Amino acid sequence: MDAKRVAAIIALALLALVPPVAMAADAPFYVGLFARIMVFAIAAVSLDLILGYGGLVSFGHAAYLGIGAYAVGILSFHGVTGGFAHFATAFFAAAAAALVIGFVSLRTSGVYFIMITLAFSQMVYFLGVSLNQYGGDDGLNIARHSNFGAALDLKDPVVFYYFVFALLLVFLFLGSRIVRSRFGVLLQGVKSNERRMIALGFPTFRYKLAAFVMAGAICGVAGALFANLTLFVSPSIMHWTRSGEILMMVILGGLGSLIGPVFGAAAYLILESVLSRLTEHWQAVLGPILILVVLFSKTGLYGLFAMGARRRG
Amino acid sequence: MIYVVEQVLNGVQFGVMLFLMAAGLTLIFGIMNLINLAHGSLYMVGAYVAAASFAATGSFLLGLAAALAVAVIVGIAIEIVVFRTLYERDHLDQVLATFGLILFFNEMVRIIWGSTALYAWVPDFLSGRVEILPGIPYPVYRLAIIAVGLTVALLLYLLIVRTRIGMLIRAGASNRIMLGALGVNVRMLYTLVFALGAALAALAGVMAGPIFTVESGMGESVLILAFVVIVIGGIGSIRGAFIAGLLVGVVDAVGRAFLRPLLTVFSSSAAAAKFGPALASMLIYVLMAAVLFVRPQGLFPPRGR
Repeated sequence: MDAKRVAAIIALALLALVPPVAMAADAPFYVGLFARIMVFAIAAVSLDLILGYGGLVSFGHAAYLGIGAYAVGILSFHGVTGGFAHFATAFFAAAAAALVIGFVSLRTSGVYFIMITLAFSQMVYFLGVSLNQYGGDDGLNIARHSNFGAALDLKDPVVFYYFVFALLLVFLFLGSRIVRSRFGVLLQGVKSNERRMIALGFPTFRYKLAAFVMAGAICGVAGALFANLTLFVSPSIMHWTRSGEILMMVILGGLGSLIGPVFGAAAYLILESVLSRLTEHWQAVLGPILILVVLFSKTGLYGLFAMGARRRG
Repeated sequence: MIYVVEQVLNGVQFGVMLFLMAAGLTLIFGIMNLINLAHGSLYMVGAYVAAASFAATGSFLLGLAAALAVAVIVGIAIEIVVFRTLYERDHLDQVLATFGLILFFNEMVRIIWGSTALYAWVPDFLSGRVEILPGIPYPVYRLAIIAVGLTVALLLYLLIVRTRIGMLIRAGASNRIMLGALGVNVRMLYTLVFALGAALAALAGVMAGPIFTVESGMGESVLILAFVVIVIGGIGSIRGAFIAGLLVGVVDAVGRAFLRPLLTVFSSSAAAAKFGPALASMLIYVLMAAVLFVRPQGLFPPRGR
């Protein structure tokens, strides 16, 4: 077993141990923090699918997070509480949005792609702001968690934690299957040399669009989880800085591995949580840290971790 | 009729301001191939320094001078400290590093000037209204913005097309390696262009102060619109930035003013009231998506690249 795989298994095992340890230490705060970390990890993993493997720098990924969260919010508002309805709607609504956005955006490349995905997420953001019926700018409170029956009561923080954990595992597993499939290899071919893939006769647009839709749909599920975590949705979840944060998590963790974004999400949110307790002006510290990471680390945290292990081994 | 002229002028005024921002962005992108999200921070720094020094000295022009000077110094400082390492990196790294800069500057502004918004006055010699057409009064200050914007556009055109510096800038945009091989100090040229962009952003910020609120994070909304402008105009093209700036400004202002009454013609007024404002704020993004759908390189892609 190689070092990378060991690092991944240790990290996931540690995540599984968080609730019992936190409860034993009488610090339930950490259950919430790590649930949040895993929700963003799912979003970051979905972005990594297209960014790390397809080379598509989407700067509007928060839009799907928002669509997933609003799916739960709006359905609850109209009295639909069923968990399957919530998550299926979040999944398919985000997939549909990604299909439309991807269809237009993927015609462009490079900077134009970055900017057009940003523009689309701004459109979705302003759509959220204008939904006066659902709270507009102020957002919408959600009365109850998604209902999966008595056996899976998401109101219990520990149950919710393991629900998120299970979904994270599912998406990591699915992701690793996708990446190693013919489809995933094609996607990586597009990343390294799209012109050659076209010359070889592959309809690259279709492959990119399929990956884009998958990423959007998974991020929609993360959005539904986020709505359950906070029991509140507002347009701020889709603010463009959120897209920047998700990108940052992927980069912090290191591109080109699926487990990397999990490390990245943990590092980013823990850093944020620690700094914001130290000083009110934590962003003045976080900003330069992010700059330093980008300037001086090419492999991300997970890369450093795995590289250290390889050197020793 | 009065209302229409007023809205179109508002659009033009917003458009030239977007142009000032977009001109710097498009120059920096065209020549150094750098995406600079922190451009909005220079706009914010300009607005803050001008508002604070205007309040302290009572002179608008002194405030303007201070704002330009500080923004140029800050611009050169971040160029040397951060951007020189970033030129050779891919766009993703540039986006993220400049994203970090935004967080930093927004917070620094809060530390220095507090988190409440600053109030910026219109200077006395530009206050009041003037009749531009019989029966149509319009604020002098907004007319002044339009005049300054058009003047700067003209000067910028002359600078780039008629001067030696402009020739070097154009040469740098088409082939910087060749330019360096010919003995031009490309690094110096980069810093110079960056300082120019910073000054333009600060100028836009100073003029925006009395119209919008001067607050932390004010740079981002205009930054995103400026990106829309350069993408529509074709990245690297000053002419494209100018035309797209005016287009976006006018479409935005006119959309906000007339979309709702227009919708009432086709549907119930309740529906119009509901979707009018939403559509209006989405309109320029729709415009951008439509332009890119038809012309993925923007309206005026620069030649030779």
